[in-house]
Amino acid sequence: MHALEIQGLAKDYAVGFWKKTSRTALKSLHLNITQGETFGFLGPNGAGKTTTLKLLMGIIFPTSGTATILGRDIGDPEVKRKVGFLPEQPYFYDYLSAPELLDYYARLSGMAAGARQKRIEELLERVGLRDVGNKQLRKFSKGMLQRVGIAQAIIHDPEIVFLDEPMSGLDPVGRHDVRELIQQLKDQGKTIFFSTHILSDAEALCDRVGIIHKGELRGVGVVNDFRSSVADKTEVIWLGAGVLAAVTELVSDTHTTGDTVRGTVQSADLDRLLEKLRQQRARLISVTPINRTLEDYFLAQTRENEEEKEAVRS
Amino acid sequence: MKHNHKITIIGSAILVTLFAGSVLGRRQVEKIRGPQATLDEVLYLPSGKTVKSLSLGYSSLMADIYWTRAVQYFGSRHMSGSGHYEILYPLLDITTDLDPQLIVAYETGSIFLSQRAPEGAGQPDKAVALVEKGIRANPTYWRFYFTLGFIQYMDRHDYKAAEQAFQKGSEVPGALPWMKVMAARMAEKGEDAETAAYLWKTIYDTTSDNMIKDNAAKHLISLRAEADMYELERRTKAYRERFGANPAGWSDLVRAGLLRGVPMDPNGVPYKLLPDGTVQVEDPSQYSYLEHHGQSPAR
Amino acid sequence: MTSRLSAITLNTFREAVRDRVLYNLVLFVLLLVASAPVISQISIGMEKLMLVNLGLSSISLFGVIIAIFVGIGLVSKEIEKKTLYTILSRPVRRWEFIAGKYLGLLLTLVVNAVLMTVGFYLALLVFTHGLHQADGMLLVAIYFIILQFMMMVAITLLFSTFSTPIFSAIFAFSLFVIGTFGNDLRNFAAMSHGATMWLATAAAYIMPNFASLNVISQVAHEQSVGAQLVLFNTLYALLYSVAVTAAAVLIFERRNLK
Repeated sequence: MHALEIQGLAKDYAVGFWKKTSRTALKSLHLNITQGETFGFLGPNGAGKTTTLKLLMGIIFPTSGTATILGRDIGDPEVKRKVGFLPEQPYFYDYLSAPELLDYYARLSGMAAGARQKRIEELLERVGLRDVGNKQLRKFSKGMLQRVGIAQAIIHDPEIVFLDEPMSGLDPVGRHDVRELIQQLKDQGKTIFFSTHILSDAEALCDRVGIIHKGELRGVGVVNDFRSSVADKTEVIWLGAGVLAAVTELVSDTHTTGDTVRGTVQSADLDRLLEKLRQQRARLISVTPINRTLEDYFLAQTRENEEEKEAVRS
Repeated sequence: MKHNHKITIIGSAILVTLFAGSVLGRRQVEKIRGPQATLDEVLYLPSGKTVKSLSLGYSSLMADIYWTRAVQYFGSRHMSGSGHYEILYPLLDITTDLDPQLIVAYETGSIFLSQRAPEGAGQPDKAVALVEKGIRANPTYWRFYFTLGFIQYMDRHDYKAAEQAFQKGSEVPGALPWMKVMAARMAEKGEDAETAAYLWKTIYDTTSDNMIKDNAAKHLISLRAEADMYELERRTKAYRERFGANPAGWSDLVRAGLLRGVPMDPNGVPYKLLPDGTVQVEDPSQYSYLEHHGQSPAR
Repeated sequence: MTSRLSAITLNTFREAVRDRVLYNLVLFVLLLVASAPVISQISIGMEKLMLVNLGLSSISLFGVIIAIFVGIGLVSKEIEKKTLYTILSRPVRRWEFIAGKYLGLLLTLVVNAVLMTVGFYLALLVFTHGLHQADGMLLVAIYFIILQFMMMVAITLLFSTFSTPIFSAIFAFSLFVIGTFGNDLRNFAAMSHGATMWLATAAAYIMPNFASLNVISQVAHEQSVGAQLVLFNTLYALLYSVAVTAAAVLIFERRNLK
């Protein structure tokens, strides 16, 4: 059984004053996530990430298509017992304190009274909110609210967790904490589906990523595949701006600052370049292989669409 | 956060001076409108139906508010002795439209209306209309017939109508027997001091309004003094017939065995015996309702 | 289900309390205290009547105002503030949410009314130096007021599921006003003919009838209220409230949130 099975989920909005025009927020999405997998849902702003999550949570209804979570249709409320959700920029009842909010949510998720008390204390500790006491949520900073958000997403120990931009609003310490937390969830065997536009996070945490752009899933790939061990480019930095002329045909993307030159060379040409620099008595600063990154893949997928469009238009 | 002191001072100064100015301006407006206001009040007073609709179901509370307004209106006019009670009846009419069972509005209100100015509004016909409205809405409340009879007797001097009112009232189940007695008295005697005293005594005992109570008290002591003086003059007449001359003082009558002591008026002040044999009160200002005695000679 | 329902109900009540809704009780007490001298001055023997009119009318009006002001935001505020996202991601049924909100506001109004009733009876005790049997009827009047709250909450909740707060307030207040003319509307319908009659009759029955729930004048004049009226008013208010709440559920079940 897949943790998440999306079959042709699509969402159109009727826009305009007379609601005559249609705007497609999500084109027919097909996606399967296996249990225990950490899946990154990447895309620029407005791509359809949040729309997908809202459809899965039942906040909005699909124009067509279906989806199941842990084998049950998303329309079945019972499935939510095993689901945790952190919305983007979460809003909570600001007149409640953190423990009150968590207790309320835990109750709604079906946790018994005894279990709730203990777990709330544990969880607040775990997300770094140990000393908030009875302070009302309206007094919380953005970072604190984000932590509460994560706490409420996992308080009932769900099997699958959906996170929309979990790092949003956090300082570096906070981001580190969240990363750790997600890693912990991974280790516990939870399925994690998170959307983000920060590629380094996805790279660090995800097993697979899917790129979504303008409502369409452009591609899905395994993260490890992007970290190819064979670097096809190398970055070389040396002292000796005057030498540049002698090696121009070998290097590209050169930047010169004072006497320091930085350039990119195809890995095949590396030895030749180093030889030439030595001959010219240039002083080597560093030689670093460049891995093809997720970023390249991301940009490729999102740019492709533009090019296709251009081709169609002209 | 440091506040800008200059703005605070300027702002406060503007607030104080302009508000004071607006108060002065308003007083001017009210002064100008003064005499006009009464006329406007009458014109802009909405109908009972309108007010009832506007009450959104809280009409009995509105009735209480209008009743309060009516009492205050009457009270302030009464105090100032202005003699103008133009909107008293409209206010009472609205009050009773809002709560047809507000007995006191009919009972007390009609007395306010019927009494001669400046004691009351001097509108006995309107008073009768109000009481009859009360009777229609509360047919089992026999005391309205008393009020009706009272108004007919005292202020309209229509003794036949008074008799009919008391008679009808006596037929309402639960009416006290003296209603029948009153009806008989009306039929037999017409205008009569004893009847008047009885009516005023009943008002005094049953009214819930202080102004009316005070007024009834005043009527009562005037009637008492009236009755006393009538009786005293009867005795001086008897003295004249026996001795051929008017008594010189009260002691003459005492010696003649016609009086037991010096007669005192209800305030404890001796009556004045005039040389022509008539009797007067020492201080007429204490007796507002002397009809036959007072400054003028006896009949 | 009951656990979720009671959780939402109590949380809605808690929200109202923390929004300082219950401070209106201070206003109520001030009102009674301030009008005491006026009442005792105006007419001797009429104090109780005026006090009852003032007390019951205030309990009713304050409650209706709260029902409208809080009711219009019951659902729309949650949609606007997106607090629903983390509610719907849990095994909460949409209808449970609506029902919980309804019961929570109703609970708030009932608690408010009960506290006011206590204050009101204390005032009566002070003024009239003792209560007697007729004062039991006052409780019937208050019960009817609570029935009216039941209907008003359902109405404002319904509007809250699809309309913005301003329009909800206007609609709800309008229905309240129309409701006070309930009997007149029905009479008008009875007197018309043909198509007008059918339309007017339909309108008369769709509009709430608050006139029959208002026995303030009756109990102020110490007249009793028949048991039959109590029974049928209860039935009417109950059925009407449930029907309107059901309509709210139907709308909310289908609504795509922001």
